[in-house]
Amino acid sequence: MIFEVFRQEKKGTAFAHAGSVDAPDMTFAAAFAHEQYGRRQESEALWVVPRDTVHEVRDFHDELHKTYHRVDGYPLKEKLRLARERAGTTRDS
Amino acid sequence: MGTLTIVRMDEREFLEYVQSGGQVETADWMPDDYRAKLIKFIEMHGNSELMGVLPEREWILRAPTLQRKLALTAKVQDEVGHSQLIYRVVEDLGKPREQCLADLIFGRSKFHNVFHYPTKTWGDVGVIAWLVDAAAIISQKALLKCSYAPYARIMKKICWEESFHILHGRDVVLTMMNGTDEQRELVQEAVTRWWGPLMQFHGNPIPKDDDPMYVWRIKSQGNEEARQQFLDGYVPQIWELGLTVPDPKLRKRDDGVWEYTEPDWDELKHVVTGHGPKTQERLEFRREFLEQEAWVRSVVLAEAA
Repeated sequence: MIFEVFRQEKKGTAFAHAGSVDAPDMTFAAAFAHEQYGRRQESEALWVVPRDTVHEVRDFHDELHKTYHRVDGYPLKEKLRLARERAGTTRDS
Repeated sequence: MGTLTIVRMDEREFLEYVQSGGQVETADWMPDDYRAKLIKFIEMHGNSELMGVLPEREWILRAPTLQRKLALTAKVQDEVGHSQLIYRVVEDLGKPREQCLADLIFGRSKFHNVFHYPTKTWGDVGVIAWLVDAAAIISQKALLKCSYAPYARIMKKICWEESFHILHGRDVVLTMMNGTDEQRELVQEAVTRWWGPLMQFHGNPIPKDDDPMYVWRIKSQGNEEARQQFLDGYVPQIWELGLTVPDPKLRKRDDGVWEYTEPDWDELKHVVTGHGPKTQERLEFRREFLEQEAWVRSVVLAEAA
């Protein structure tokens, strides 16, 4: 069985995928992961997960160009310039 | 897992994709030739890690101090761990580990030239960990940019661990070079013995655009480029210890390129096709252990079932 291993490098940081181990069961998988990804104290913690329980989701489309929920949907520079002009606060730069 | 993302491209489009820095994941569509080349290349790397521990293993019981014995054992564990990581990548490409091991022990697949030679003295152990690992890390660093992303990712961990090995090797060599005349002589003899295989290590200098492994961007540098990088990094370090390299033609030209005597490509070919001084003995050792430990695998698998 293949188990995916995720490791947390330091306390408080996110777990990231590290690799996989081939093991007959979870006991062996945990022991193999411990040796493979933590024997130099390079990990704070590991998550060991059977590969077939990982469900991958992909294909993120944006047909409607929903820029209003992204920062790049708000180009303020030109509007700010005009607003400053009207207010008489245009900066020289 | 297993969603198809790169939908079928034609081979030319795929080639352009990887040549412009594109990376490929396990579940992506890929040309059969690319998959076959990946398996061959990565499997050979896995074999080399596994066979590479045998020359060093011979010295665990003969290491001069307890600290050295532990360090050497740890290095052997690292290398076997690398072979496990690498065979995992091969398995996900479609070739089971059992089949990789069977092909290895029956001589149907290859491993690196340097692991076909004997380890005569403790000097060899130092020179292997220092210079053989240095040559290997140059090849492996170039794999960090491999077009096949799962392989590139594990290379990060492998390179990190190899850097300890070079330090361990350098420490062994420096300790001996600060020791008795006899110890210094052992290091010099080892450098002399290993120079030929080291110069052959990165392969013959075919232009990189004729190298299918480069064309598919499995490797990101040509053979000669790697060898030049090795010479530039390590010859000065060898010379500064008062050691000599057994090549009267070796010199760095004004334009920065190293000149050297043509390595013995016939020897390289002969050795990697199963005719090295230690090839058969080491394969026999692997065969014996696989057989001897078959009962452990069957017990563990039966228990887990």
